[in-house]
Amino acid sequence: MPDNTSINTLLQQYIPPDRSHNEIYWDDKNIRPDWKLFFSSLSSLGENEIKARSQVILRLLKENGVAYNVYNDPSGESRPWELDTIPQLITASEWKKINAGLIQRAELFNLLLKDIYGPQTLIKEGILPQELIYMHPGFIRSCVNIELPARQHLVMYAADMARGTDGRLWVISDRSQAPSGYGYALENRFAMSSVLPELFAGLQVNRLAPFFDSLQLALTNIAPRKKEDPRVVILTPGPDNETYFEHAYLAAYLGLTLVQGNDLMVKDNFVWLKTIEGLEKVDVILRRLDDIYCDPLELKSDSLLGVAGLLQVVRKGNVAIANPLGSSIIENAGLVPFLPSIARHFFGEDLLTPSIATWWCGQPKEMKYVIDNIKHLVVRRIYRNVAGTRSAIDGASLTVEKIKELTLEIKANPYLYVGQEKIHFSSTPSFVDGKIHAGHSLLRSFLVSSKDSFVAMPGGLTRTSYQANDFIISNQSGDISKDTWVLSDEENPLQPVKFQLVTDSMQTLQTKRSLPSHTAENLFWVGRNTERVINNSRLQRTVMQYILQNNNSFKGENIATRDILLQAVTSCTYTYPGFATVDETEKKADLFANPWAEFSDILYNDLRNGSLANNLSMLKRSVYSVRNFWSLDTWRVLRQIDEGWDIAKKTASTDHLGMIGTIETLNIYMFAFLGMNRESVRREQGWNILDLGRKLEQAIYIVSLLRNIFQQKQNEQVEYELLDAVLIATQSRITYRYTYRDHLQLPLMLELLMLDMNYPQSLTYLVHKIKRYVSLLPKSGNIGLLSEQERAILEADTMLKQTNSLQLSQADETSGEYAELQIFLDDLYGLLTHTSMLVSKTYFKHTLSQKQLFTANFS
Amino acid sequence: MQYSITHNTTYKYNEIVNLCHNIAILSPRNTDTQTCHSFNIIISPVPQIMESYEDFYGNKVSYFVVEQEHAQLSVTALSVVEKKAVKITEEAISKESWESVRDTLIASSGDFLYEKQFTTATEITVPSEAIKEYAALSFTPGRPMFEAVHDQMKRIYKDFAFTPDFTTVSTPLSVVMEERKGVCQDFAHLGIACLHSVGLPARYISGYLETLPPPGKPKLTGVDASHAWFSAFIPGMGWVDFDPTNNQLPGEQYITIGWGRNYFDIIPLRGIIMSNNGHELKVSVDVRRLSAS
Repeated sequence: MPDNTSINTLLQQYIPPDRSHNEIYWDDKNIRPDWKLFFSSLSSLGENEIKARSQVILRLLKENGVAYNVYNDPSGESRPWELDTIPQLITASEWKKINAGLIQRAELFNLLLKDIYGPQTLIKEGILPQELIYMHPGFIRSCVNIELPARQHLVMYAADMARGTDGRLWVISDRSQAPSGYGYALENRFAMSSVLPELFAGLQVNRLAPFFDSLQLALTNIAPRKKEDPRVVILTPGPDNETYFEHAYLAAYLGLTLVQGNDLMVKDNFVWLKTIEGLEKVDVILRRLDDIYCDPLELKSDSLLGVAGLLQVVRKGNVAIANPLGSSIIENAGLVPFLPSIARHFFGEDLLTPSIATWWCGQPKEMKYVIDNIKHLVVRRIYRNVAGTRSAIDGASLTVEKIKELTLEIKANPYLYVGQEKIHFSSTPSFVDGKIHAGHSLLRSFLVSSKDSFVAMPGGLTRTSYQANDFIISNQSGDISKDTWVLSDEENPLQPVKFQLVTDSMQTLQTKRSLPSHTAENLFWVGRNTERVINNSRLQRTVMQYILQNNNSFKGENIATRDILLQAVTSCTYTYPGFATVDETEKKADLFANPWAEFSDILYNDLRNGSLANNLSMLKRSVYSVRNFWSLDTWRVLRQIDEGWDIAKKTASTDHLGMIGTIETLNIYMFAFLGMNRESVRREQGWNILDLGRKLEQAIYIVSLLRNIFQQKQNEQVEYELLDAVLIATQSRITYRYTYRDHLQLPLMLELLMLDMNYPQSLTYLVHKIKRYVSLLPKSGNIGLLSEQERAILEADTMLKQTNSLQLSQADETSGEYAELQIFLDDLYGLLTHTSMLVSKTYFKHTLSQKQLFTANFS
Repeated sequence: MQYSITHNTTYKYNEIVNLCHNIAILSPRNTDTQTCHSFNIIISPVPQIMESYEDFYGNKVSYFVVEQEHAQLSVTALSVVEKKAVKITEEAISKESWESVRDTLIASSGDFLYEKQFTTATEITVPSEAIKEYAALSFTPGRPMFEAVHDQMKRIYKDFAFTPDFTTVSTPLSVVMEERKGVCQDFAHLGIACLHSVGLPARYISGYLETLPPPGKPKLTGVDASHAWFSAFIPGMGWVDFDPTNNQLPGEQYITIGWGRNYFDIIPLRGIIMSNNGHELKVSVDVRRLSAS
């Protein structure tokens, strides 16, 4: 064991500011025993090893796709999650106190919620001022007097706490409607225990898994009429939400279905999930949506995120929502000064955990105090603002002018403001840039209802900041998280956290789950976009290589080949006008002679529809929208694609070989992605839909490639080069040579790409696959009859069966046009796109949006 | 006076819709001066789900869902209401100053809980600086509350032009104040905001107003309209209605459906359809005398 000297060396940079409490020391000299044990383990790893491991942690989190989206970020990027290698340590004896305080607080809020939406005794008896509740936007009048069957109204509760200079933990704020962070806490633990298992040595760290079992149980227990095995969904605002990662992660971990508002509908006073097999009843909703967004009929009428009629289903007792609608009233900083008397009213006892000193301006004396002391206080609105704006203002940071403005604002709306004491955080060690520094930490604790009370997660999400005075820590402003170790004094050997993410694709192992139609649509587009990226990149590469092989110098016959190929690039990728430009001849000739700028644009310009960059971001979007579907390894591949592409984009130039290189690298990873899917997605509806999308896209691509290249009979040399290019662009040259052992001719190539039953790139093969997938999709009505989409694809199949390649390769004698081929491909194209449209219409029913009816204007 | 009221709202969609959720607040309440003898709501197509309940303010709400394909939704509310004419006598008018009322409410603990909830501004009735200044001209020091509110009503009537189609339900009050134009719900909201600006309780009333044809002409069908005005709480008098659109204290010709803090608490009919297309709206209201009683 290393001696104190090596620990002290390690802690050299850790100089806590004198003012704040120092978390790792007992007293002036001695390090707390648990920290000592921890730092011994840390220092025996050695500085270099710690640095290396912390890189591994970052890498792991990144690869697992742990991210925190930042609203209003113009680049739409998500920020990678950062985790400190030094956890927050809480001793068993301290935790006992914290735990009791938290449970009391959760119970208090549960009773408070029941009272506000019920008899309002607290208001009637003058314990709570009416304005504090009635003026708060979180007080939803239509929720008053709705009887909720569950004994515990509050299902989840979270408290943000910080350690003051006195060493005690103070509650800074309360979270009660859709608390976030417990998924991140779990992921943090997972990362720590897999990358730095040595650090747990000798410390009895409480496991987090039992908390999630409690959550699952709590959700089951609130199901209407005590239904066994209720259908529980997680309602997310969607992939743009800052904590979407967590929504998907929890869905996977808890085995719940992740849905967006338009996946659900209200009918017959029940909530239903729209799946591709029809409607399925939903019993419990774990919402990650703020309450006013949940029902556009009764709450925020322009919300597109909720479900019309949801509140009525609650009123009928046919669905349970965690937390219940209206619970944001508890996230009301104005309540804080009244909590001690509420505690005495409900329990006849004092509040165990202190809250940060707060003055509600709705009372004249308190308002005067806040205004007089504004420079030393934090002024906060009693409700959290819309995302992106700050709801707390540090009085010390304001100019005289601004103080005046704020004072006027407070006087105009005193009910909406509180002043809060600025607390000085204790300092805690953080590992930054290879050294240990002092930071300040904020701990978010989570509680879930359990039988007659609540249980707290023995752990939590700790976030640190280095700004000494930053009283508002949130991930929105960019800080580092810590794993939180609550130590146990019981002698049980550390059980490593082992768990398996249950992705949607694996879920069916336990119970059969139907696919929400929203998920189905995204999977379909994952399939289509995957193929689109691959096809587009192959075509671009083929044509680029052709140009390079001819040394960029064209004369005579190969000009014709070049022009046809360039135009095909534009038509097949839909990047008009591009090479299909109708500009005057001179400009056009110039463009064709120097195509590289255009190539670079349709490769890297993601704002251009049809560009490879654009295809790729559409793919990423669809993949991300069903993120609970992919295995961790798939995420790793996606990360690689992302990183590789970012680097290529940064060095984007018209360097010809560089561009081809970019495409080749991308292609390799795309196949890795495809391979991952093939290996890890169960062969069920999800896979059928995904692969259907792929096969449709591939078939459509081959049709448009042939249609665009073989319009007119060309002389032998040109025709040969075009045939060669098509075979390269479809990766079929080797198969052609192997199958026909002959020089290139149109009938044989058509035979291979259109009619070969055993060749995966041929239209016949693809159409067979499509036919099979379409027939496997759920059907309503008369099972014996073919559905519209089945008929469309059957027609395509019949067309292919009845044609022959010789006939198709006949050119018109006078005009030289491949008229037969063109008509045939046109029809086929129509049938394929029609099939795709019919599948969308039949199975992706959520695409209708909830529209508000006009309300009459008065006169 | 007994009235029969027919209030029809018809939506024509630009495509077939198969799910439509609605909330209607069209059933007239019983009040001290008004009795609702009957209320029926006829909906076409017949909704699959129909529920009634009372909202937070005690208004009668109908919730219904049409769960079948339809291209048109028609909602007809039929009510028979008896309304008493009650004139406020000179003696009944409270002479209590508005400051005294304000202070009584602030100081009260428990007595005026219900009324107090109507003293605070809502997002729709935020008293801007302009509104505060405007209200101050009526709420002069020491003036009896009734007199001040009455004056406020009169000034809104005088200073603002009744201009249909200038505003919509979502036009902010600041625009109304700036342009001095609007319709009844704007004037009701303005009156409420003026009262809030001096700390007095006011609420929004939704209802109907009987219109009378010019002398000698028969009354046309469907020419009436939904109407809105405001009500102020004056201790000793209770809730007193004021109609700034017509500069009068609502009497026998005013039928009350219900009340809330503002328009959005008591929208006569609102709904959500599943659709990607537009729709049209047609409304007709007919208030007819059945008998003089």
